[in-house]
Amino acid sequence: MFLIHCPHCQEDRPEIEFAYAGEAHIVRPGPEQQDAMSDAEWSEFMFIRDNVRGEHCERWWHANGCNMFFNAVRNTVSDKFIKTYKIGHKRPSASQIQKWKDAANG
Amino acid sequence: MGEYRKSGKGRVDHSEAVRFSFDGKSYEGLRGDTVASALMANGVHLLGRSFKYHRPRGAVGVGFEEPNALVTVRRGKGRMTPNLRATALEIYNGMEVTSQNRWPNLNFDIGAFNNTFSAFFPAGFYNKTFMWPKSFWDKVYEPFIRNMAGLGPAPTEPDPDVYASTYAHCDVLIVGAGPAGLAAAIAASKKDQRVVLVDENTELGGSLLGATGATIDGKPSEAWLAKTIKDLDKAQNVTVMTRTSAIGFYHDNFVALSERLTDHVPSLKPGQSREKLHRMRAGRVILAQGAIERPLVFNGNDRPGVMLASAAQTYINRYGVGVGKNIACFTAHDSAYQAVFDLADSNIRVAAIVDARKELAADILAQAQSRGIDVITNAVISKTGGKNRIKSIEVYSPDTGTKRQVNCDALLMSGGWTPSLHLWSHSKGSIKWDAATKVYLPDQANENCVCIGACNGDFGIKTALNAGSKAAGGRKSYKVEEADFGQGQIFDQLPNYIAPQKTKAFVDFQNDVTDKDIKLAVREGFKSIEHVKRYTTNGMATDQGKTSNLNALEIASKALGKDAPQVGLTTFRPPYTPTTFGAICGYRTDDLFEVTRKTPIDPWAESQGAVFEPVGIWRRAWYFPKPGEDMHAAVARECKATRDSLGIFDASTLGKIEVVGPDAAKFMNIMYTNPWSKLGVGACRYGLMLREDGYIYDDGVVGRLAEDRFHVTTTTGGAPRVYRHMEDYLQTEFPELEVWLTSTTEQWSVIALNGPNARKLIEPFVEGIDLSPESFPHMAVREGKICGVPTRLFRVSFSGELGFEVNVPAHFGKYVWETLFEAGQKYDITPYGTETMHVLRAEKGFIIVGQDTDGTVTPHDAGMSWIVSKKKKDFVGKRSLQRSDLVAEGRKHLIGLLTDDPNVVLEEGAQIVTDPNQPIPMDMLGHVTSSYWSEALGRSIAMALVRDGFNRMDEELYIPMPGGVNHKAKVVKPMFYDPKGERLNVL
Ligand SMILES: [Zn+2]
Repeated sequence: MFLIHCPHCQEDRPEIEFAYAGEAHIVRPGPEQQDAMSDAEWSEFMFIRDNVRGEHCERWWHANGCNMFFNAVRNTVSDKFIKTYKIGHKRPSASQIQKWKDAANG
Repeated sequence: MGEYRKSGKGRVDHSEAVRFSFDGKSYEGLRGDTVASALMANGVHLLGRSFKYHRPRGAVGVGFEEPNALVTVRRGKGRMTPNLRATALEIYNGMEVTSQNRWPNLNFDIGAFNNTFSAFFPAGFYNKTFMWPKSFWDKVYEPFIRNMAGLGPAPTEPDPDVYASTYAHCDVLIVGAGPAGLAAAIAASKKDQRVVLVDENTELGGSLLGATGATIDGKPSEAWLAKTIKDLDKAQNVTVMTRTSAIGFYHDNFVALSERLTDHVPSLKPGQSREKLHRMRAGRVILAQGAIERPLVFNGNDRPGVMLASAAQTYINRYGVGVGKNIACFTAHDSAYQAVFDLADSNIRVAAIVDARKELAADILAQAQSRGIDVITNAVISKTGGKNRIKSIEVYSPDTGTKRQVNCDALLMSGGWTPSLHLWSHSKGSIKWDAATKVYLPDQANENCVCIGACNGDFGIKTALNAGSKAAGGRKSYKVEEADFGQGQIFDQLPNYIAPQKTKAFVDFQNDVTDKDIKLAVREGFKSIEHVKRYTTNGMATDQGKTSNLNALEIASKALGKDAPQVGLTTFRPPYTPTTFGAICGYRTDDLFEVTRKTPIDPWAESQGAVFEPVGIWRRAWYFPKPGEDMHAAVARECKATRDSLGIFDASTLGKIEVVGPDAAKFMNIMYTNPWSKLGVGACRYGLMLREDGYIYDDGVVGRLAEDRFHVTTTTGGAPRVYRHMEDYLQTEFPELEVWLTSTTEQWSVIALNGPNARKLIEPFVEGIDLSPESFPHMAVREGKICGVPTRLFRVSFSGELGFEVNVPAHFGKYVWETLFEAGQKYDITPYGTETMHVLRAEKGFIIVGQDTDGTVTPHDAGMSWIVSKKKKDFVGKRSLQRSDLVAEGRKHLIGLLTDDPNVVLEEGAQIVTDPNQPIPMDMLGHVTSSYWSEALGRSIAMALVRDGFNRMDEELYIPMPGGVNHKAKVVKPMFYDPKGERLNVL
């Protein structure tokens, strides 16, 4: 059972308080964009996910806590959280993730 | 006292005899004995029959690694535990132990014919044989397998025991209390931190319990151990837990510890917990799990009396039991010699030591010679003799071809040592192959965790102690005098002159897997050890291959001509050791198995004799039978009473979400398919919610209480997911909207009143609301008081009758219900349950999301295109509704069905076809979603999802049922009662 750092509560809390909510940084197209999208493009947005092996940006919901959705970078091989951050922050770059990892490793 | 017991020897209490029974026969052991040690003290080695071949078996080991000696313990009604390891089972007075997997008895077992015919049971036998015909599976093969191959019987009575569970935290968790774990605990105790030391054994000490003779810091190891235990007991910051198995290591140092509390206690106190599961979160984990000795794989290595050398050593040193009176030893590792010497020094005759290696260290040879022990190097055992216990071995020297028979009554074996990587592997720590010793060792940690001592490949007491101290931040260097642990050689294949087809050399004792099975698997094309494992079942028994995995790997990699790391290692999975379901369930049994949500009105329904049904985790009144009524009669009466006069229904389980804020209407426009901006304050509207993929997700009536406040209702089961769905969009896609969501499901009790007399009933009780149809029309909401308490009063109807839904603060629910019910007597007010609610709504063609829809139904499919706004620029699901698949012809549509025979109520879920005489498999058009007897219409009604249903009006379709009955039904609009909705307008 993970210990997950909620960026809103600023606490490490056990996984049972949280719910996984899929891949992060997939922005829902606005109405004009939707109209302009082909069925194939829309299906891409709806159904196609990266299924990353390695560092994955994903969404979590502190369902039995502060009720906030937030994002996380987690390594899908080691199952280790690298960083959690609030919705609205842009997708972290590879170098940013590396910095976080370096900081975590002291 | 048993004839194999050495007077005064070991850690057992020679002054306290303990009587227990094995297969009905009474035996005497000593306090501190296990079932295995006590039986061996009495000369009993035959403890069970093997899984597949029913071969006689005895204990191979001395603890939790034991593959063979599985027994059943009974202690009164409901308390029967099968498959316990006799080697780890403490005896108590009156204990009843029975052997397993034998019939009629252990000494003579009919199933042993499997052994005689074992050429017919090679690897993959079940896969290859029990395949065809399919009909044989239930009646022939499965009963055969169940009867002939198996472990102990499963208990049939409910378990009367209580199982406790708790969450716990510590700074340092140490698993294993051998020298490494003890030294770590001592070092850790000196710092300001909470330390927990766990060991699966009865007492601390690990290998020190079995191998005596060393001195630590100038003291005999027993004295050092006693002092260490005392020191740890004194340390305020250390918790020591014995009889506690660390069964699983999960993310972020979360370790499950299963503590056995009463299995060793002769008399049970009522309410006492049998086991306790500690869910431990540790800052740091120190794994000191030790190593398990490897058997040697040779012909006849499974006879009772053949055991690991370290086991025999522990039996003599810890339990004071000689495993035989004239023993032999077969080894490929130096460590076995110390075991033999310990037995020899206890006046046990040593017939011979057979060493598979060519060379042997001179000092070991000298020690053996000084004891007069015959050591035969460069030799193997080619076969063993004896029926229910070993009687002799045949020693074969491959270089000279000589054979020699040696008599013995026990055989010690050692093929080296396997570091225990179970928990380390659970934690996803990586492992590396050590080519020199041919074992896997811990490599990179994935958690804040370290392996020390023998499980890290560091053998010997001094090494372990110093590693323990260092791992816990100590710097102690222990002074130790001990016998050199020595070294060994790993053999993938022991030579034998006997043709392989005539030998039986077991690798996995518990699953009866031989070396030939593994080689056969390789010949048949299995290349990965994971496949070899599944094909041969090696390592898949309850011991998870603790004694067999590395031998299997060695044999498989040799057969494949590859190095072991290329073949891999099977995955270790929790639990480390078999664990009771009780420990895993903990308190969550019976009434605590699952939360049951009850409404405030539920006690009233119970007092009225309601029959309940589960709806999600809610318990809801299903129907209210009167004496002598069955469900059909009760529902027919409830329906009629509601349509004729007045029905009362507890709708409190409806999900409720309060949507509040300046942008509330904008948000509602996004979440629902229909428009909300123009809905007036005090008006209600039915809302349909889609997922982004365009399929119906939920529905419910929404009332606007103010410009910035909506009272949203959801389906009973859908409330949590709808709330999450709303929060998700609000927080992540529309964070700019000023809206707040609050789940209010449990704040309100909801009393639904339906029927022509509904208004008349509530009129005298309502204050502050004009109930006249002109000022309070259908689909409106008002706030005021009812029965003196605040209410949100909805005029809505899910039945087609004049209807009100009285929302009152939850704690007033029962009071208001009882007041209205009493006043309703003059209208013959009738309480009804969910079944009648379903019938009434079906008569009106109202859908139930999840029953008439299944996650692949669009609003159009459900005949609800009218509710999808054409004008709104955006709502969830809008774009998906335009996808080609969703607008395609020939989708399934929700229609009504009227059976030819009005008395036939179709089965929900039944398939629908055009021609019942077509060949099977038929072309299935769809299925019945809802079907009821309609008392109001005097006939059955049904709804169904049917391919192209809207274009099949008046068409006749068939519903073929098992037994050759074909029901005929006509397609109609799903609106069976009062199509114009005139009954809503009753005055
Ligand atoms: Zn939080």
